Amino acid sequence: MSLATDALKVDRPPPPARGWSRQRILGHVLVGLWIALGIGMVVYLVAAWNPEFFQKYAPGYISGLGITLLLVAISIVLGAILSVPIAYARMSKNPILSGFAYAYVYFFRGTPLLAQTFLVYYGVGSFRPELEMVGLWGFFREAFNCAIFAFSLNTAAYQAEILRGAIESVPRGQWEGAASLGLHKLQTMWKIILPQALIVALRPYGNEIILMIKGSAIVAIITVYDLMGITRLTYARTFDFQSYIWAAIIYLVIVETLRHGVEWIERRITIHLHR
Amino acid sequence: MQSALTLLSWGPEGWLDDIAAGVFVTVCLALATLPFGLTLGFFVALAKQSEEPSLRLAGNIYTTIFRGIPELLTLFLIFFGIPLILQYFVRLVSPGTSADVNSFVAGMIALCFIFSSYSSEVFLSAFRAIPKGQYEGGYSVGLSSGQTMRLIVLPQLIRIALPGLANLWLILLKDTALVSAVGLNEILRQSGVAARVTKHAFLFYGFAGLIYLLLAIVSSFGINAIERAVGGSEVKR
Repeated sequence: MSLATDALKVDRPPPPARGWSRQRILGHVLVGLWIALGIGMVVYLVAAWNPEFFQKYAPGYISGLGITLLLVAISIVLGAILSVPIAYARMSKNPILSGFAYAYVYFFRGTPLLAQTFLVYYGVGSFRPELEMVGLWGFFREAFNCAIFAFSLNTAAYQAEILRGAIESVPRGQWEGAASLGLHKLQTMWKIILPQALIVALRPYGNEIILMIKGSAIVAIITVYDLMGITRLTYARTFDFQSYIWAAIIYLVIVETLRHGVEWIERRITIHLHR
Repeated sequence: MQSALTLLSWGPEGWLDDIAAGVFVTVCLALATLPFGLTLGFFVALAKQSEEPSLRLAGNIYTTIFRGIPELLTLFLIFFGIPLILQYFVRLVSPGTSADVNSFVAGMIALCFIFSSYSSEVFLSAFRAIPKGQYEGGYSVGLSSGQTMRLIVLPQLIRIALPGLANLWLILLKDTALVSAVGLNEILRQSGVAARVTKHAFLFYGFAGLIYLLLAIVSSFGINAIERAVGGSEVKR
């Protein structure tokens, strides 16, 4: 008997080289794991499919998405306007001015956005008489306005740094060349420096918008019903975990769309730089 | 009306001891997340720079997911989702028992995912900064691929990645504030309790902000010391 098995062993041809390295196996296992997770999620969502849930809460999700986008859009625009003087102060040679701008940027970049939002939302109560005197109390009583206030100040600090970095990335020779052509400072800034700086700044600006969209989720904690707020409300009412999964999918789609949009714009506006 | 100094003093009348406990929890959370986040991020980066397309795909899916979902939502997904999954399995073994996850652990897991997805990008760009000749040199003197990675590539990688990782550490410190939303008694939550009890919201939240700034300043001293210790970001020749 043992002879027969020995003969089998000897006669068998060597196994063909299959080219399945350890890395390849690991890679396929991991991708398989992701696919399994994706299928699991789809199965879960199908199993948890509930027309009533949708009828009742889908409009809320859409309005929440609108609030999130509105909040981010307003904050980004206000922040962009506010960031110009801050970036200017940050680059100025006056030590008091640049020191003040540095402190502003350091504070808003060094503390969590959540703490800043709390500071505004809960903290304004400490100044109620003063605010009532100026007539701003009505503005700060709304959580949404507080969020816009905090987010604008926060993103202004980040955008000021982006702007400063972009402007400083333009070589000095560009300024000198413009000066030798007789352009004054404002013209140089507008026609020569900014177009070059904005190419550098595009990607950081895109990242900042994405960070704001993700960061805006925290307004749910101060009772603003943005996408995250609606999600928490839905979960609190139904204890249905799919409410969180839908929110994750929506956020993921927005962020990915934005990221690819920024990449597409960057490819378009740097065509002249590729050789 | 109590003065700000009494409110911020140590002891039964002041709140400094409570906030200090919060600082301890925050620092613990960040420090506990760091090693796991770094290790996971390193392996994800390794997958993303490999020549095997399926590994790269797996790594990229990981980064896309955890960089695309808001940090707070990741935290909630884990805080509410893990008990659901755990419960499902626990019920298979012994029906009737319930499983729960501690907010510290949930925060740690969520922050670890977020930190690793960002740090994998930092490691990836550091990998790209290391010339191919370094690997070839390693193989030609007879080192295995693991040895090449550990003895030749990793020491250079750390130097190049350090500034980016330092930045991520500061972000991690700030992100710990989010865990207050699921009930972890860290700086922001302790300050919030103090603010609610004493009705001095601006004082306490402002103080919390200053503590975060202080932590950032202390960290940057530590980071500078580490950067000096590893000999700057430039490869010496």
